[in-house]
Amino acid sequence: MGEFAIGQPVTRFEDPRLLKGGGRYVDDLAFPGMLYGHVLRSPHAHANITRLDISKAKAAPGVRAVLIGEDWAKSGYGDLPRAEGKKKRDGSPMYRPHFPALAKVKVRYVGDPVAFVVADTIEQAQDAAELIEVDYDILPSVTSVALGSQPGAPLVWDDCENNICFVHLEGDKQATDAAFAKADHIVKKRFVISRVTAATMETRGSIGHYDQAADRYTIYTTLQRALNFREELAETLNIPESRLRVVAGDIGGSFGMKSGVFNEVGLVLLASKVTGHPVKWVSTRSESFLADAHGRDNVSDAELALDKNGMFLGLRVHNLVNMGSYTQPGTDSGAYSNLGTLAGVYLTPAIHVDVTAVYTNTNPMRPFRGNGRPEAAFVIERIVDMAADELGIDPAELRRRNLIPPEKMPFQTGLSFNIDCGEFEKILDLTLEMADYKGFEARRAEARKRGKLRGIGMSFTIEKAASPGYEGAEVRFDRTGSVTVLAGSVTQGQGHETIFKQIVSDTLGIHPDEIHYLQGDTDQVFFGEGTGGSRTASLGGSAVTVATGKVVDKAKKIAAHMMGVDEVDFAEGVFTARQTNRTLSMKDVARAAMSPKNLPQGMELGLNATAAYHTTKQNYPNGCHIVELEIDEDTGQVEMDRYVVVDDVGNVLNPLLLKGQIIGGISQGVGQMLMEQIRFDPTSGQNLTGSFMDYAMPHAEIFPHIDIKSNPVPTKTNLLGVKGAGEAGCVGALPAVGNALVDALSHLGVTHVEMPATPERLWRIMDEAKRA
Amino acid sequence: MDIDVKMTVNGKAVSGKVEARTLLVQFIREHLRLTGTHVGCDTTQCGCCVVHVDGVAMKSCTMLAVQADGKAITTIEGLAAADGTLHPMQQAFRDHHGLQCGFCTPGMVMMGVDIANRLPGADEKTVRHQLEGNICRCTGYQGIVEAIMDASAVMNAARS
Amino acid sequence: MHNFNYHRAADVADAAAKLTATEDPKLLAGGMTLLPTLKNRLAAPSDLIDLAAISDLKGISVESGEVVVRAMTPHAVVAASAEVQKALPALAQLAGNIGDPAVRHRGTIGGSVANSDPAADYPAACVGLDATIVTSQRKIAADDFFVGLFETALEPSEIITEVRFQIPDRAYYMKFRHPASGYAVVGVMVAQFGAKVRVAVTGAGPCVFRVAEMEAALEKSFAPASVANIHVSAEQLMGDIHCSAAYRAHLITVYARRAVEAMVG
Repeated sequence: MGEFAIGQPVTRFEDPRLLKGGGRYVDDLAFPGMLYGHVLRSPHAHANITRLDISKAKAAPGVRAVLIGEDWAKSGYGDLPRAEGKKKRDGSPMYRPHFPALAKVKVRYVGDPVAFVVADTIEQAQDAAELIEVDYDILPSVTSVALGSQPGAPLVWDDCENNICFVHLEGDKQATDAAFAKADHIVKKRFVISRVTAATMETRGSIGHYDQAADRYTIYTTLQRALNFREELAETLNIPESRLRVVAGDIGGSFGMKSGVFNEVGLVLLASKVTGHPVKWVSTRSESFLADAHGRDNVSDAELALDKNGMFLGLRVHNLVNMGSYTQPGTDSGAYSNLGTLAGVYLTPAIHVDVTAVYTNTNPMRPFRGNGRPEAAFVIERIVDMAADELGIDPAELRRRNLIPPEKMPFQTGLSFNIDCGEFEKILDLTLEMADYKGFEARRAEARKRGKLRGIGMSFTIEKAASPGYEGAEVRFDRTGSVTVLAGSVTQGQGHETIFKQIVSDTLGIHPDEIHYLQGDTDQVFFGEGTGGSRTASLGGSAVTVATGKVVDKAKKIAAHMMGVDEVDFAEGVFTARQTNRTLSMKDVARAAMSPKNLPQGMELGLNATAAYHTTKQNYPNGCHIVELEIDEDTGQVEMDRYVVVDDVGNVLNPLLLKGQIIGGISQGVGQMLMEQIRFDPTSGQNLTGSFMDYAMPHAEIFPHIDIKSNPVPTKTNLLGVKGAGEAGCVGALPAVGNALVDALSHLGVTHVEMPATPERLWRIMDEAKRA
Repeated sequence: MDIDVKMTVNGKAVSGKVEARTLLVQFIREHLRLTGTHVGCDTTQCGCCVVHVDGVAMKSCTMLAVQADGKAITTIEGLAAADGTLHPMQQAFRDHHGLQCGFCTPGMVMMGVDIANRLPGADEKTVRHQLEGNICRCTGYQGIVEAIMDASAVMNAARS
Repeated sequence: MHNFNYHRAADVADAAAKLTATEDPKLLAGGMTLLPTLKNRLAAPSDLIDLAAISDLKGISVESGEVVVRAMTPHAVVAASAEVQKALPALAQLAGNIGDPAVRHRGTIGGSVANSDPAADYPAACVGLDATIVTSQRKIAADDFFVGLFETALEPSEIITEVRFQIPDRAYYMKFRHPASGYAVVGVMVAQFGAKVRVAVTGAGPCVFRVAEMEAALEKSFAPASVANIHVSAEQLMGDIHCSAAYRAHLITVYARRAVEAMVG
């Protein structure tokens, strides 16, 4: 349908509601008799609990329950979901610690839940928590991933040797060793990818309700994958999934972080069962730094082998990846599932990666926008720039020589990616032109006169999106001919409602105003995995397309029957009988489908369809970023001046929303490169960045206008020809900004800048260079 | 010891009994059940809770309900016209894709209106600087900045 | 936050009386620092005495070489005041860059000054502009007012009523914002009064301080080069994970030089 068609810059259908204050986030819900929970958390990174006295708290005004580790142990519930499947170097299974919702004997990170106080008001719960007496015997702790796996490091789990969770190997070691043996030039570097946190503007929250009469649980919570969440949580509760309803309302951002079944989910449900009331817990911002799962945090030792012409021969990478103190399904995936990005858009024939995942006394980890992709992109794109610098070749030229040409596709890289399509050189040229790459040196010279060190940096990154998996969708006509579309995916701001309504409107000819979108309620949505890994447009979009296709097929039969012809044509929502002028609209047919007299014999009543779309092939979004920035040589402050991107995310369903995804991703990559970092005191293990007073968030002021162009190369791996767009911006930004910083300082002999490149860090680099 | 408070919220006289420690945002969200105003931090930095108090932007998380006694409050729910037509700032946020998850949005919109009221015709640099007390994690701010500049022009034209 | 008793003071005398009559009271001005402190349970006063209803604690006047700002005047009002912009533009500019717009609509000069927060901007204006802090009991020179970290010369029952800034020949304030909090990491006010120069630094030390060596150098020759090589010792300065004491010391020199550059144009 014209203005709402696939490919149009349709403004979002969810916006009027959200703009009028009509969002329904979990904290906006209130139920009669609802109680409030507060979590008492460990103030120590590693300690034995030697005494825990809750008697005063239990007697405090308004308090209904105080739960401790023993209560969880006796509850009949099991562990929170635990990761599985990986192996150690000797082939033995990965270390999988038990994961109760409350620590009983030992705490393993600052923030580890120790008690849950439930009261009539949140203030009463907080007041009472101050009355809980806990004695701790403090143990040595380790928070750094580099130190965690060293012999003699404090053990997070007593029976987990060297804190090693698992090992993962990928690529061809023999071929890689051979490539290095014949190399003319080898570039080596250790890259430290900082620890950051999603800092979603809506913090996590849950309301648990156990209905004793029905013996059924309901959890209203913040999540990304409602049905997967129900499966995992049902296992924890030791109940069949049918006795659990999971409901997500509006989700105020997630970026991977909210995908887990966190401790507090179990706690509000147990508390509801104990008290007989619905129980709400919503994290405060400061609490979120201690309670949320963090992202990234790894150390990469990388080596790139080149021949004398600058052709990449081999890449060797050793990664140490921080797992935090507990693992859940998905928390470990950043360590291994996106290593393919390390191969980049290059022909490099031989690659080997060796990953060691390490437990530390820190918060558990979860995917954060990119989940291994930005980390890998940073390593390959920084080391390519270092190689260019060492060989005296322009970074764009060095990349150009090594790009995979379209005629070699599908191309199997030295790692897992089998890239089906892409026009890398064309995108490189488009981006160079957009950035006026040739004119840069003049701009650098001009900046120098103003006391500013100007640098230019590029990245050309590729990632996988929509990993093999499935997604569900359902299209349901009601009796008046309007439609409900139900999706297995869950939006956290990406605009699924708009995209899916575009598809339904375009394929069925129904005006979007007559389409209702529903997600996130496991009692209503029949099937699906959910959202994550840039999969929804590819898989969810295809599922909706399949469902609407089924509707059209059935409706055509009904229309033909009603018009007494053998076949009808369908276009723009109208069925036309061939050789006659008779027509019926989709709405006419939908209404008619409720009455047996209108249907061919034996046909089921109604016009509904479900679809379970699955794919065995992922897709490969890619793009080139070029950024220019200036460093104040007196203060180290960075000002980004221009930022251009040319991306290939396949067919564009909605350019307005695509731009939003790319720019949003860039802002998180820029944040990590320039300012954000979760930091722990190395001795005490205390989180030193426990609020927005210490954890630096990017503000509007730091960004230039970001220009984006698309060069779509449609993929055949899904029905819509789309590639994932959710993570691409973040993946490209981290190395592009990193490269620009180094370029600005390269005249001082600087070859690398660690993240975050805070003003002080840059000032120190410049100061040291001046002294040398 | 509860305290009586009375104020005007979105043009309506309201009253309630609150504890001294009840924040204005709690009164708005929990007593009045106007849940469009959000809480995104506890250090007065994110701006999700911005409302207008006697016509200017303030952070309702850093104000006691008793301090708002007798004042006129406008929340995000009070911005659109009675017939549901979006305020020019709301419309511009939609047109420029200035929101994704929608959580920071009410505070951003209320701050946007405040900026447009105080600094009609502000340029991009000024608007970005004026957003120093509002954090968005989704959009990278570009759509927000464009929306505020656009709506500011519309509001300015309507005034003159 | 813990609960407390709330009082609305009718006038300054009433507020002072309530200060002495209650167990562990705090005055509530704009609340921009106090309320976040209470929300995070870092303080638990028994009573809050709200000064907002005292109408004669608000307003600005310019009289015989002084800009007088009454204690409960919000930062936004100072920033937008045509009188202040004309008589003492550096003060308007400083006030217009405190916190963020919403904070400036509520935060007050009295609250900021009474708190002696090391990262607040107003103390630099008070000391740099040779202000007098007028209280319910006396007048205190700014040089004597800020005693240390969150510590002032105020007596427990004393209430700030106004701040009187001397109008200099010229003045300029520059600050470096903390990457996370936005507070001043280093804020430098340079003011020239005839042959006398004041250089006041906030953000970097336990409380605002003057840099005598810079003042002397600028009194000799008011030029950027005069301060470009004067370094404050990092030993007395504060540091955090974002900005170490050494970095703050460096920034003081840079910002003093830049302020002078801006003044000599």
